[in-house]
Amino acid sequence: MKFSLLRRLPPAWRRPLAVTGGLVALIWLVIVVAAPLLAPHDPLAQNLPRLTGPGAGHWFGTDELGRDVLSRVLYGARVSIPLALLLVAMSLLVGGVLGACAGFFGRWVDETVMRIADLVFAFPTVILAMVVAAALGASLQNAVLAVLVVSWPSYARVTRGLVMGLRNREFVLSGRLLGFSAWRSLRVDILPNVLGPLLVLATLDIGTATLLLSGLSFLGLGAKPPTAEWGAMVADGTQQFDKWWIGVFPGLAILTVVLAFNFLGDTLRDALDPGTARTIGAEKERVG
Amino acid sequence: MTDGDTVDVLRISGLTLDLGGARILGGVDLALQPGRIHGLAGESGSGKTMTGLATLGLLPPGARTGGRIELEGTDLLALTPRQLAVLRGRSVSMVFQDPSTSLHPMLSIGHQLTDHLRHHLKLNRKAAKERAVDLLTQVRIPNPREALGRYPHQFSGGMRQRIAIAIALACEPKVLIADEPTTALDVTVQAGVLRLLRGLCDDLGLAVLLVTHDLGVMSAIADEVSVMRHGLVVETGPRGRVLTEPQHEYTRQLLDALPGRSTV
Amino acid sequence: MTPDPTAPLLSVDDLVVQYHRPGAPPTRAVAGVSLQVRAGEVVGLVGESGCGKSTLARAVCGLTAPAEGRITYDGTPVRPLRVRRRELALTGIQMVFQDPYGSLNPRRRVGSQIADGIRTAAGRGESAAELTTPEDLLTRVGLPASAAERYPQEFSGGQRQRIAIARALAARPRLLVGDEPISALDASAQLQVATLMRSLAVESGAGLLFISHDLSVVRLIADRIAVMYLGRIVETGPTAEVWADPRHPYTRALLAAVPKPDGAGVLPAELPGDVPDPADPPSGCRFHPRCPQAFDGCDREEPQLIAGGVACRLYAA
Repeated sequence: MKFSLLRRLPPAWRRPLAVTGGLVALIWLVIVVAAPLLAPHDPLAQNLPRLTGPGAGHWFGTDELGRDVLSRVLYGARVSIPLALLLVAMSLLVGGVLGACAGFFGRWVDETVMRIADLVFAFPTVILAMVVAAALGASLQNAVLAVLVVSWPSYARVTRGLVMGLRNREFVLSGRLLGFSAWRSLRVDILPNVLGPLLVLATLDIGTATLLLSGLSFLGLGAKPPTAEWGAMVADGTQQFDKWWIGVFPGLAILTVVLAFNFLGDTLRDALDPGTARTIGAEKERVG
Repeated sequence: MTDGDTVDVLRISGLTLDLGGARILGGVDLALQPGRIHGLAGESGSGKTMTGLATLGLLPPGARTGGRIELEGTDLLALTPRQLAVLRGRSVSMVFQDPSTSLHPMLSIGHQLTDHLRHHLKLNRKAAKERAVDLLTQVRIPNPREALGRYPHQFSGGMRQRIAIAIALACEPKVLIADEPTTALDVTVQAGVLRLLRGLCDDLGLAVLLVTHDLGVMSAIADEVSVMRHGLVVETGPRGRVLTEPQHEYTRQLLDALPGRSTV
Repeated sequence: MTPDPTAPLLSVDDLVVQYHRPGAPPTRAVAGVSLQVRAGEVVGLVGESGCGKSTLARAVCGLTAPAEGRITYDGTPVRPLRVRRRELALTGIQMVFQDPYGSLNPRRRVGSQIADGIRTAAGRGESAAELTTPEDLLTRVGLPASAAERYPQEFSGGQRQRIAIARALAARPRLLVGDEPISALDASAQLQVATLMRSLAVESGAGLLFISHDLSVVRLIADRIAVMYLGRIVETGPTAEVWADPRHPYTRALLAAVPKPDGAGVLPAELPGDVPDPADPPSGCRFHPRCPQAFDGCDREEPQLIAGGVACRLYAA
C-alpha cells in the first residue's frame, strides 16, 4: 500500500527523509490552520490545576499559570511558522533583488551592496539580531525585522553569484544582441533561472528563521507574555527545570519544524539538480 | 593485411552490456594483436566508449555485462575487483579524451608517474625516477628531468596528453585503450600525438584499441577498423579496405557525411 | 548615411583586443587584425587554440570592447554592448555560439525565443518581418513547426543549434557571426549545420563570418578564408586558391596536418613546438620560432598583411 504510492513520486522524493520531512511539514501546516479546532483548551486560560505532569486531559501537562501546554504548543505554531515563512519570503525578496542588481550591473552597485552585506556578515548573527531587536524595542514585529536585517545578505550573496554566472551565458548574450534592455534580460532570462536554487535556500532557511525568532523570544526580545510562543515557553521551562514538560514540548516542536524543513530543502535541492536525481535513481536500482 | 603469426592479445567475444534497463552493447566481437592499432569507429551513442570502459572494468554502477573479454587468455569479466585492480594499469591501461582532466592537477608529473611505478612494479624511488625520465623521453617531452617537478597546468594540451600516455605506458602494458585521444587537440598538435602513438606501437609491440569518431585519424594510424552502431559491430576489416570499399550501408553513410571525403 | 553598396558590410581595421592581468602588461589576444566581409559572402576564419579568433568574433559583435582599431558595420561603428540596450541599427549583427546547451533559455518555449528575433526585425522597420512566424523559421532550419511549443531540453545538440540559428535569423541580420558553431556537435551534424548556415545567410543576402578550427568544413562553405595565428591574420584569400596553393608556412603546416580519411595510412605532417603564450609573443614574425622557412631577419621584423593576402617576409616586395 505505502510502497505503490511511493513509486508514483519523482525519484528524489522516494527517500525516507524526504517523505518524513514532507509529512511532518504538512502536519504542522495543518496545525497552523486548524489549531483552534485541535486544541483542547484555550491557550491563555489559566483555569487548570498548575504544574501538573502529562496525563489524561492534559497530554502535555500544565504550566505554572495553569495553562494547558498542548494547546499552547499548538497555538504557538500559528505564531512561529507563519512568521518564519514571512521572514524567509521577505529576506528572499530584499536579498534577491539587491543581489541580482549587484550581479547584473556590477561596478558601484555591486560594491555598495556587497560592502553593506559584508558589514552584516562581520557580526555574529544572533548577537546582531539581539542588538537590533533590543534597539527597536522588544516585540514580535521588531524581532521579525531584526532577523530580516541579518538574513538578507546571504540571499544577496547567493543571488549575485548565480546572476554573475548567468550574465555571460550564451542565451543571455543572444538576448542582448537582439536588443533586450537590461531589465528585460533580468526579468526574462536571468530571474527564472535563479529561482530554483533560491527556493532551495529559502526552504532550508525556514528552519533557521524559526530558530532565530524563537531564540529572540527566549531571550525576551520577541514575543511578549502571555502570547503562546515556543521560544518564550522554553524560557519559562528553564525556570521550572524539574517540571520538564513545560520546556521540552515546545522545544520538540521547534526541533521537528526545523528538521522537517531542512529535509524538505535537501530534497528540493536534489530534485532540482539533474545529476543528483539520476544518481539516486541508479543507487536504488543497484540495491533493488 | 594481418601478419601470419598473429596471436590475439585481447579478444572480446559476444560482449553485452545492460545499463539502467537499456541494452548498450548487444554482442561485440573484437580482436587485437600486438604491435597493431585497431580503430573502433562510430558516432556518439554507438557504444564504442563503453566497450573500452568494459575492458578496464570502469563501468558505472548498475552495469551488467555478459560475454568474454580475454586478455592473453584471462577473462577480465570473470575476475574479482581485486584481481582486476592488479591488471589495470599493469597489463591494460587507458588514455582519455580531455587532457585537462586526465591528470591530477595538484600532483607533480614526477609524482604521478613514479606513484604508478612504485605501486605496480615495486621499484624504489631512484629506479622509479629514472624510469620516469625514460618514459618522458619516449613521449618526447623536452627537458624530461626538469619536467618531473612541474605540474599539469604548466604544460600545453598536447604535452599533457603525451604525459597521460607516458603514465599509461609506465608499467609496460600489453594493451592500451585510447578513447578519443586527440579529439580535444588542435590539428597540428594532433598530428604529433598520432605519430607518437604509431611509433610507440611499432617500437614496443603495444596493442592499441583506438576509439574515435574521426575517420581521418582512423585512416592515418589504424591497421584494422571496426565500425560500431547501436551497440553492435557492423563492419570490421583492414583500414584501407573499410575506408575505400565499405561493405556495410552504415559505413558508407559515415564516409559520405565527411567533408574531407574527396582527396585534394 | 546611405551605405555605399560596394563597401564591405563589415570592416575591421587594425583591431586590438586585450585582456588585463594584474601586475603584468596586458595580453593582446587580437594584435592588429584587419578583415572585411561583404554582403552575401561567407568568410571562414580558421586557426588553432590561442589564436584569438573567438575574441575577434566577440569584438565584432560588440560583446568585448576593443583596445584599438575600428569595427564598422554597414557604415555604423560597432559600439561595445554595455548596460544600455543595443542600438537598433546594430541588431543587424547576430551571433551563433559554440555551446548549443547554453544557447537557449531552458525556461522558455522555443517559439517565444524565436519570436524575440522577429520582434527585433520588426522594430527595425523590416516590414517583411511582420509576416514571419516562429513556425516558418523552424521549418527553414529543418525542424518541425510543432517544435515551437516545446522547451529546449527536449532537443539534441544539433537541433538546439538549429533553433539558435532560427532565432538569430529571425532578426533578419545582415551579418551573421558563427563562433565555432559546429564544434560541439556530432560529426554527422557538423556539415549539415554548417551548410545550413551558409545557404540561409547567402539566400538572405547576409554576410557570414564563420569561425572554426575545422578546416575541412570551412573549405566547403567559405568563399574566402582567413588564417589566424597568435592574434594576427597570416593569410587570406579565396578558399580554393588558399587550399590549392597555401603560401604562408603556417597555412601550409595547418593544411598538411589534417588527416585524410582515404584509407591510405599516411601520417599527417607534424608542426613541432608549441603555440607561444599570447602574453609573451615571439619578436618579429610571431611564427618564426616554428617556421621551417625562417631566415635572417624574421626574428626582428614583423611582416604586415600585404595586398596579396599573406603576411610573410618570403613574399614581401
